[in-house]
Amino acid sequence: MTDLLKISGLHASIDADGKPKEILRGVDLVIPPGEVHAIMGPNGCGKSTLSYVLAGREEYDVTSGSVTFMGRDLLDMEPEERAAAGLFLAFQSPVELPGVNNANFLRTAVNAVRRARGEAELDAVGFLKAVRAATKNLSMSDDMLKRSVNVGFSGGEKKRNEVLQMTMLQPTLAILDETDSGLDVDALRIVAEGVKNLRSPKFSALVITHHQRLLDYLGPDRIHVMARGRIVRSGGPELAKQIDAEGYASFLAEAA
Amino acid sequence: MPAITETREQVEKLGQSSYKWGFETDIEMDVAPKGLNEETIRLISARKEEPEWLLEWRLAAYKAWLTMTEPSWAKVVYPPIDYQDAHYYAAPRKKPGPKSLDEVDPELLRTYEKLGIPLHEQALLAGVEVPEGEEARLPVAVDAVFDSVSVATTFRKTLSEAGVIFSPISEAVRDHPDLVRKYLGSVVPAGDNFYAALNSAVFTDGSFVFVPKGVRCPMELSTYFRINARNTGQFERTLIIVEDGASVSYLEGCTAPMRDENQLHAAVVELVAMEDATIKYSTVQNWYPGDENGLGGIYNFVTKRGACRGARSKISWTQVETGSAITWKYPSCILQGEGSVGEFYSVAVTNNHQQADTGTKMIHIGRNTRSTIIAKTISAGKSDSTYRGLVRMLPKASNARNFTQCDSLLIGDQCGAHTVPYIENRNMSARIEHEATTSKISEDQMFYCRQRGLSQEDAVGLIVNGFCKDVLKELPMEFAVEAQKLLQISLEGSVG
Ligand SMILES: Nc1ncnc2c1ncn2[C@@H]1O[C@H](COP(=O)(O)OP(=O)(O)O)[C@@H](O)[C@H]1O
Ligand SMILES: [Mg+2]
Repeated sequence: MTDLLKISGLHASIDADGKPKEILRGVDLVIPPGEVHAIMGPNGCGKSTLSYVLAGREEYDVTSGSVTFMGRDLLDMEPEERAAAGLFLAFQSPVELPGVNNANFLRTAVNAVRRARGEAELDAVGFLKAVRAATKNLSMSDDMLKRSVNVGFSGGEKKRNEVLQMTMLQPTLAILDETDSGLDVDALRIVAEGVKNLRSPKFSALVITHHQRLLDYLGPDRIHVMARGRIVRSGGPELAKQIDAEGYASFLAEAA
Repeated sequence: MPAITETREQVEKLGQSSYKWGFETDIEMDVAPKGLNEETIRLISARKEEPEWLLEWRLAAYKAWLTMTEPSWAKVVYPPIDYQDAHYYAAPRKKPGPKSLDEVDPELLRTYEKLGIPLHEQALLAGVEVPEGEEARLPVAVDAVFDSVSVATTFRKTLSEAGVIFSPISEAVRDHPDLVRKYLGSVVPAGDNFYAALNSAVFTDGSFVFVPKGVRCPMELSTYFRINARNTGQFERTLIIVEDGASVSYLEGCTAPMRDENQLHAAVVELVAMEDATIKYSTVQNWYPGDENGLGGIYNFVTKRGACRGARSKISWTQVETGSAITWKYPSCILQGEGSVGEFYSVAVTNNHQQADTGTKMIHIGRNTRSTIIAKTISAGKSDSTYRGLVRMLPKASNARNFTQCDSLLIGDQCGAHTVPYIENRNMSARIEHEATTSKISEDQMFYCRQRGLSQEDAVGLIVNGFCKDVLKELPMEFAVEAQKLLQISLEGSVG
């Protein structure tokens, strides 16, 4: 059986004041189709960096290792090609686009990936129907569609907007980078529902989180613990409970 | 179809060379010998069969010009212009003058077709050529100026039934001499500045609009300027007079072939608004900007001024400036009538080696006059763009108000954007507000858009159109879409 995502020995660094600073130091990770995996790990261990490298952010230098996504060399693709291929990243800090109407942005994005996937573009009516249904599920007001992308959104609204985009773009693999951070219980449940609604044999998720509560909703297939730029332990859902109870100390010792 | 999608397709079709208006029309021309002197001016005047007073006016302007020097305060750099090394008159050889469309040289009709300018009234009226999914366009009356002469003006009959005069200015000189004589140079005097004096001496054609008392002009008017001939300057002159309680919306567009040499375009536009009159003047300026190394392109040195003479009159300038190697242009309002209103909405885009120094002047003379300035400056490549604006409150301008908002957007780190506001307030009760911002399209924004599947061009297009939104919405609907496309095309190759 073919893996959806296979990361092998991935090393990546960033230019920090003219010197390369290594952040990812040999990441190995496999996600089969239809599974939800979680990455947990202390602040600064490289979780966001991993998600950026997978999405194709150019500031990071991949120095060695490989990533295949649906059998293709992911590292060889432009960010927009990765998106078209079905990779979605819900940003830890969603970016503001002043003056860019949220609905227009969403429709442009949806039609860009549909075109690239050889699907018919959505016309104004079709799009409106789809987006109305999605916003309703996420308890979002229509007003948010009329505003500029993420401008003046509260933390919770930004995260919900990410989930809205994910729903509309129909990814094969969604990476959610701390999408649950800073959400109240109700918002957390809504976001979790948004992900759960997508669960199917054709949808996988890599969920970066610090909280047991989101995982309780999602029921992940596997948990990976990241420390100092590596996956240091992988296991079943019980691993998350252990972290919740004991913290990361023992894993950090392993990584040292 | 959203504009952005259209734009993207457009850009893809264009491939590398993005200036699609750069072709040349092969047509027999009547060209004056090179050089600027009394002889040339007499020749132009004779070709146009002008009355004596106008020839005198031209010659006086020429004398004034001889004593003047080119302005050097603008933040633009270019080699000295040899005014003797250009032609000042070039016209398709067929005799100019009023004629029906069937008499226009088919080669010219094809040219305008290629440019997407509708000169066929019937097709427009019947709305037959509307492709599926597109809205039927409202008819727009067009005056087509090719090099030095107007070659066709559409919908004149419909307009004249409404009492509106829309004709080439050379014809207006003949048919409405009193009106022309009364208003020509009344807003921009012949000796106003170096380029205005030059224009007054050698102007060849342009549009004349007169909207009488109480008439709302029944359709959009537009003039489409095309430079075609080599080594030729274009000096058009537009005069728009709107009487009490009347209104008009006017749009000008312009393109030129791609050439290695620079060509001079020095126009003068004069607007006169009487009591309760409204003039909306929109420009989509798309002269050839030169190539990516800065070779060729139009020098666009233009004087545009509107006089709000009557109480509660209103003049609104909207400009989208994407073309020209150099733009030097400050559409202004003289707010004389009590409670009169001036507006200036501008998007100026420069890419590659383009330079723009543009802005406005709002001169508040009357009480309770108001002005609004929204200027959006976008610089990319190695280009340089300056907003230069003057707000002047004269002693009698009690309770006058101005609001100015200047925003600059930089793409890349080799371009420049500058804001130079001049404020003079001589009335204690007048209020002036000025806001300015400078921003860059950030890596974060680009990456975010691309992660959502947008190409770099699409991403820049979306962000730029978002940045310009407040100005684009001031354009007449059908032109707003054109303008959005143009913005994206002019910024092609500015990222990645
Ligand atoms: N652009 C950058 N410049 C310098 N250091 C960076 C940059 N991005 C990330 N880092 C560093 O890399 C490490 C990992 O960061 P990050 O991937 O954001 O961690 P996490 O998401 O696990 O909290 C941190 O030490 C962080 O400071
Ligand atoms: Mg992080």
